[in-house]
Amino acid sequence: MPRMMLRQMKRGQSGVIAAVKVGGELGRRIRDMGLVPGTQITVQGRAPLYDPVALRVLDSTLTLRNNEADHIEVDVS
Amino acid sequence: MTPPITVALAGNPNAGKTTLFNALTGARQHVGNYPGVTVEKKEGFYVAPGGEQINIVDLPGTYSLTAYSVEEVVARDYLVQERPDVVVNIVDASNLERNLYLTTQFLELGVPMVVALNMMDVASDRGIAIHAERLAELLGVPVVPIVARSSKGTAELMAAVLALANQAPEWNPLHISYGEDLDRVLLSMERHIAAQAFLTHRYPARWLAVKYLENDSQIRERGAQENAAASAALDHWVQEASDHLQRTLETYPEAIIADHRYGYIKSILRQEVLSRKYDADRLYTSDRIDKVLTNRFLGPLIMLVVLLGLYKFTFSYSALPVAWLGGLFGLLREGIGALLPEGYLKSMLIAGVIDGVGGVLGFVPLIMFMFFGIAILEDSGYLARVAFMMDRVFRMFGLHGSSVMAYIVSGGIAGGCAVPGVMATRTLRSERERLATLLTVSFMNCGAKLPVLVLLTGAFFANNQAQVMFLLTLLAWAVALLVAKLYRVTILRGESTPFVMELPPYRLPTLRGLLIHTWERTWQYIKKAGTVILAISILLWAMMTFPGLPEVAHERIDAQRQELVASYPDEVVQEATEEGADITELSAPAADLLNRLDVLDRQEAERALEYSVAGRIGKALEGVSRFAGFDWRTNIALVGGFTAKEVVVSTLGTAYSLGKVNPEESVSLAQTLMGDPNWNPVMAFALIVFVMFYAPCSVTVVCIAREAGSWKWGLFAMGFNTIFAFGLATLVYQLGMALGLGG
Repeated sequence: MPRMMLRQMKRGQSGVIAAVKVGGELGRRIRDMGLVPGTQITVQGRAPLYDPVALRVLDSTLTLRNNEADHIEVDVS
Repeated sequence: MTPPITVALAGNPNAGKTTLFNALTGARQHVGNYPGVTVEKKEGFYVAPGGEQINIVDLPGTYSLTAYSVEEVVARDYLVQERPDVVVNIVDASNLERNLYLTTQFLELGVPMVVALNMMDVASDRGIAIHAERLAELLGVPVVPIVARSSKGTAELMAAVLALANQAPEWNPLHISYGEDLDRVLLSMERHIAAQAFLTHRYPARWLAVKYLENDSQIRERGAQENAAASAALDHWVQEASDHLQRTLETYPEAIIADHRYGYIKSILRQEVLSRKYDADRLYTSDRIDKVLTNRFLGPLIMLVVLLGLYKFTFSYSALPVAWLGGLFGLLREGIGALLPEGYLKSMLIAGVIDGVGGVLGFVPLIMFMFFGIAILEDSGYLARVAFMMDRVFRMFGLHGSSVMAYIVSGGIAGGCAVPGVMATRTLRSERERLATLLTVSFMNCGAKLPVLVLLTGAFFANNQAQVMFLLTLLAWAVALLVAKLYRVTILRGESTPFVMELPPYRLPTLRGLLIHTWERTWQYIKKAGTVILAISILLWAMMTFPGLPEVAHERIDAQRQELVASYPDEVVQEATEEGADITELSAPAADLLNRLDVLDRQEAERALEYSVAGRIGKALEGVSRFAGFDWRTNIALVGGFTAKEVVVSTLGTAYSLGKVNPEESVSLAQTLMGDPNWNPVMAFALIVFVMFYAPCSVTVVCIAREAGSWKWGLFAMGFNTIFAFGLATLVYQLGMALGLGG
């Protein structure tokens, strides 16, 4: 499974989160919403200006900005 | 009788907490604030079939119990300080794994808890089966499946709550393993905490240790105050553990802790708690709607239509009730006018009290309609999509995608109102972005500024009025966004709040929910704004009335009146002063007499205004305001405009001896201004700029202070905006005159 940054993922692509490399408030928020290593995600779409990105995570849809997605590494399936 | 039981309602945003609260308490609720913060505190009570009264406190919706957001701190402090008998944790069954993250943290804190498994219907639609009994067994707390929207299972839920409360259980913190490294450190820290009795009267020892490892600012501050030495020792352990983790795994203790919490949840769900009929990636109805509503091309178009619709809905449909209220206050004014003799009391009741209260209540239909419209967008889930689509644009100015609503309502489409706009910023969850938004929404061209803008553009830019008005709308947007940016790099400097946010599934709002939502926000406005604004209104009335003209001046004008009357033959005087005389049917000399008496009245009003405190302020400021081309008459009008911007027009009328000018029909005033040597297009444009951007009206200032949680911000908005607007107006005037555009 190739590993890539969440920002590079295309619409409809799925994968499993490999690492979340950020601490502090942003890290906490990301983890609170269920974005932790081992979680399966699918890129559901992007906003009209290509940012933020919408993800299917667990059973909900989350959005985060591209610069926030930069901290998340994904093993793409 | 035993004391009533108190239950705290807690859960994720969008888990149906408010719906459950409304279902349990009905109309028996009231809204307040948690002390010192702007977070709403809703309380109500439920009466059990056995007659027991159960008090219910609705905690703010949170995803976690950290110290990062006010909501989370409020929820946490409430639990440890007030110690409710039972916590009802509402959990979205259709999104169980994420929701149990908060549940786990409640278990770690040890609060007596009942889990309300909400939206069982949605979950089963999605092919998710949950075995509530098995879940209860594994979590060690009662689990009751419910559907809050239809009140299904709420009686069973409250029965379980009562049963648990009657056992009066001790707090029983759950210990989760956080892996070998952290567990070892935690054990040492726990022993130290217990030995020092460090904050243990309030928090469980292990929970405190975990919070130290999570680098929780509030707990560490409290700890340092309580026992600096013990706190420093804990910090030392944390530092060691952090360094070790960074060296070996390149990660943070808080990340490890979160991982293990999710691990704990996953292990529970795997033990025959949850089974799925379909593939997890299957598209739900909500996703299909999103394919259209957030589509790259269609999405923005639909959003534009929806926002325009909200705007039309708020401002067109509220027009009728606003007119009714206006009529009602008109009747009151007439009634008092007929009953009371001329004098200060009558003048104060009419100009101060009725116009002040009328001003406050006049906004009520507007606010109700706006909140109703926003409640629909919010409860249906569309608002989150608007934020999603607009975020990229607004982020450039240090704002948030959700800011767009507040700007639109405030007059982003000319003709809105900043009062509901300021209140609409409540939908913003991030503090700095919210403040930057609510301090700048008043720059938009609200409905009250329009008469002023129409008057001035009509008088001085009649040939291309429409283009100028459009330009002014763009100018308002540019200034609002740029000033917001300025705030975000100066007084509201700081990282942008993480956008990480949920797009909740689309749901049909319930009418009951919408009505409760709308009413409680409107009522808060009436209650809080009403009293303050009445006071401001009376103060401004007094400033424009006192001190009254000295006797001598009155006598001089009376003498002029008598002289004038004496110069006409008796029968003409009689005809003119007859009860119910209509000027259009009078003979020429009688009409002439009436007109000339009217001129004297207006001159008297002008002198009185000039002589009043407001007039003196206006004159005193003339030295400064000259830089922007404003004379004392304009200054008084601008002081008056603080009650409401359209008052600028009527006060200008009085100051130019035209009597009260109706803001809707200001043709005569326009002609006077065009003929006045003081006025020219450059000065008019400088005035337009000033009116657009100077201190928000008093109602808005009160709302800003309320919503920002401090008077400091209300006063800041008045001061900053006025100085800023004056700078801009001076620039326009000086530049325009230097370029010879003054004509």
